[in-house]
Amino acid sequence: MAAFLAMGGYAVFVWPAYIISVLVLLAAIVVSLQGRARARRSVRRLEEDSGETGENQT
Amino acid sequence: MITFLANPKRFLDFSSAVAPWICGLAFLLLAAGFYWALFDTPPDYQQGESVKIMFVHVPAAYMGIMIYGLMAGASLVGLVFRHPLADVAAKSAAPLGAAFTALALLTGSLWGRPMWGTYWQWGDARLVSELILLFIYLGYIALWNAIDDPVRAAKAAAILSLVGAADVPVIHFSVDWWNTLHQPASIIRPGGPTIDKSFLWPLFTMMLGYTVLFVWLWLVRMQTEIFERRARSLMMARGA
Repeated sequence: MAAFLAMGGYAVFVWPAYIISVLVLLAAIVVSLQGRARARRSVRRLEEDSGETGENQT
Repeated sequence: MITFLANPKRFLDFSSAVAPWICGLAFLLLAAGFYWALFDTPPDYQQGESVKIMFVHVPAAYMGIMIYGLMAGASLVGLVFRHPLADVAAKSAAPLGAAFTALALLTGSLWGRPMWGTYWQWGDARLVSELILLFIYLGYIALWNAIDDPVRAAKAAAILSLVGAADVPVIHFSVDWWNTLHQPASIIRPGGPTIDKSFLWPLFTMMLGYTVLFVWLWLVRMQTEIFERRARSLMMARGA
């Protein structure tokens, strides 16, 4: 395990590369899903306000 | 297919049906790819364990360029055929392309330090043309945000993306045209890949995982853009 973590002496380069990659991918997922939820909510709210069902329009 | 999906309502129905499957596939591929890359690949005879960075660097760099191609292609379709979803597709792809390009630069820099002795080299054409790609993405996103009218914004952004497309062949061929730091192509080259099978298959798994993840997020962001446009038109109808 210690040998694996040491990455043959390249630990300080390999691990940051993997950590940054995973963090950026996760951030892209979270930001995209939150944005969609927010946009969906605002459409729903506006449709309710104007008394439309939202069934027939896009 | 393209005509069928031109209707935003049908696009929403279709994309909502397929998105969960694409999401599941992306997670499976990425889980397998990360496991394979980290635990089941040998050290390289020259690079030692630093070669592990390749499995997160190459897919990110490939995505940055592929997404640009998709974005420029969608922009062209939007300009020429006025396909209603083309502008939405181009706009939704840009932030993802920028994220992957930034990842390619960061992970490449972390590999360059031990292997080339430097995090960054202004004299290397591959590095600089990749940085320019990031700036083009950021400029494209800024342009969309700067113009209020979506029709005008789409047109201006599409033209920017087509002009910026000139950078893509420069990135690809930079390693041959200017033989500086970055080594020549070892995967997409005439005569097939030159890297060993024990690296090639986990690398392909990662590239496929990144691609499928992008497709999922692209659909999510296109849905978002359609909702935002719908909200905008409802707001304007109310204001009128």
